[in-house]
Amino acid sequence: MADTPNMEIWQDPETIQTILHNARTVAVVGLSSNPLRASNFVGFYARRHGYRVIPVNPRESEVFGERSWPSLSEIPEPVDVVDVFRAPDAVPGIVEESIAINAKALWLQFGVIHEEAATQARDAGIDVVMDRCLKIEHARYIGRMHVLGFNTNTLSARREVPA
Amino acid sequence: MSEEHRPDREFGFHTRSIHAGARPDPTTGARAIPIFQTTSYVFEDPESAAAYFNLQEYGNTYSRIMNPTVAAFEERLSNLEGGIGAVAFASGLAAQSSALFTLLAPGDHVVASAALYGGTVTQLKHLERKLSLDVTFVDPDRPQNWADAVCDETKLLFGETIGNPGGNVLDIEAVASIAHDAGAPLLVDNTFATPWLCRPLDWGADIVVHSATKFLGGHGTSIGGAVVDAGEFDWSNGRFPIIAEPSPAYHGLAFHETFGTYGYLMKLRAETLRDLGGAMSPFNAFLFLQGIETLGLRMDRHVGNARTIAAWLAERDDVTQVRYPGLAGSKYDGLVAKYLPRGAGAVFCFDLDGGRQAGQDFIRGVRLFSHLANVGDAKSLIIHPASTTHRQLNDDELAAAGIGPGTIRLSIGLEDAQDLLWDLEQGFAQIG
Repeated sequence: MADTPNMEIWQDPETIQTILHNARTVAVVGLSSNPLRASNFVGFYARRHGYRVIPVNPRESEVFGERSWPSLSEIPEPVDVVDVFRAPDAVPGIVEESIAINAKALWLQFGVIHEEAATQARDAGIDVVMDRCLKIEHARYIGRMHVLGFNTNTLSARREVPA
Repeated sequence: MSEEHRPDREFGFHTRSIHAGARPDPTTGARAIPIFQTTSYVFEDPESAAAYFNLQEYGNTYSRIMNPTVAAFEERLSNLEGGIGAVAFASGLAAQSSALFTLLAPGDHVVASAALYGGTVTQLKHLERKLSLDVTFVDPDRPQNWADAVCDETKLLFGETIGNPGGNVLDIEAVASIAHDAGAPLLVDNTFATPWLCRPLDWGADIVVHSATKFLGGHGTSIGGAVVDAGEFDWSNGRFPIIAEPSPAYHGLAFHETFGTYGYLMKLRAETLRDLGGAMSPFNAFLFLQGIETLGLRMDRHVGNARTIAAWLAERDDVTQVRYPGLAGSKYDGLVAKYLPRGAGAVFCFDLDGGRQAGQDFIRGVRLFSHLANVGDAKSLIIHPASTTHRQLNDDELAAAGIGPGTIRLSIGLEDAQDLLWDLEQGFAQIG
């Protein structure tokens, strides 16, 4: 990938943790009801960890027992994070809708890379994460990623008090 | 979320050697990593159990697949190597065979260094027959040899940071570039260097394997190994359906699509380790963690002693050759300066003038060096390959393996260098 953008600005650990910490409602664009799809893994995990997951997918009527909306603009409640499982060319339209519904953050999953649209979202005051997985980042900082020997790159000698 | 998890600082190697992967136990407050000597784990509820088995949530199920003590070892090693994660195994060879099993399919071709550890060569030849692979062994010193051996079916290039016993130093960056041009990953055995002396992933290698039995543990008490992944290789490049396509061994899960950069490690653990079963014991993981706490300190002393002894041997008239890549004037000078600036490890061979008999007499003469078939211990070790590990070979076959009749292999330990020199002097006296 010769034209890979500088990803570091889109994968800032502070931004990632702020988003995960503050969010309550996550609209998952492209959420599939197929339990083998990555979007289903992430939606399932987010629900387990207390987020309200709103499916956005015109091909689904219902996922996890929640009504699936054809587009972001039709969701009748505020959205904190727009989490995107779509081809990169769908991102500009999703950014416009995210701005219109006042979403606080835009999260583009693995391979969903569109720097121009991401820049537009950021300029509109939206926190942006690109080419990262919401589930993995949550597991890294808050969850149990180290259970499977992954490098969380976190270090602490303090005793955590179980919640 | 608590402040202390914010990675606002790049911690140094020694700090990470002590802390990475090892937080105080939240339940008991135990500061040392507890030895979780348990086969299995009680589930919170049926939903959690299902989520763990479906890999929808990271949780403990069964110690063949994961264990909290082993996980601390895995995270620490992957952190030190600069990888995204690691999977531990019962031995270095178990780690290696599982790394290969996860990414290769029948008909695939592997280009491997001919200077690899003998046990690795034997394993590759065994897998070649059993899994219908095709392996080409090349002289690793010229990158062009690797490029010439690559073909359409090539799915892996495999070398060692420092070869055993020849001390070949791999031009990792050049060979990684050849691998990537071929759409294949480069796997590097970093056992002899450890991440303190070299981090192959920083130079473009995709996967690192270790025999933890050696310097990582450093105590010679435990057998173990590990696979570390950089998370950089694109398994969806069309050449690895075994990782990219839905897996029949995991009810149709497509590991690379679902887990992205973590796909290879998830498959390595959830399928290969689950099915082949070469799991590291929690007790061994505990002992490796104790070793890694002092890895950098120990390696500096191993290297210091090795340099002193190699230089001393090189001055002797009864030694025809010292094959330590860290010796000034070595043909690997340039590669050592680039990849091993802190030193070229502490295992090397030298050749006695006098053949098999001289080799055996030398072994009889020493008292501090332990005569055994291992390397990377705090204790200095010695072996005469022609009368032990390579005993069945005639002189011509030995030469092809890079071993002479009078070759002695040393693994330099942490004793006082002057005592080691005194001991070697007794070996020379025995030759008479």
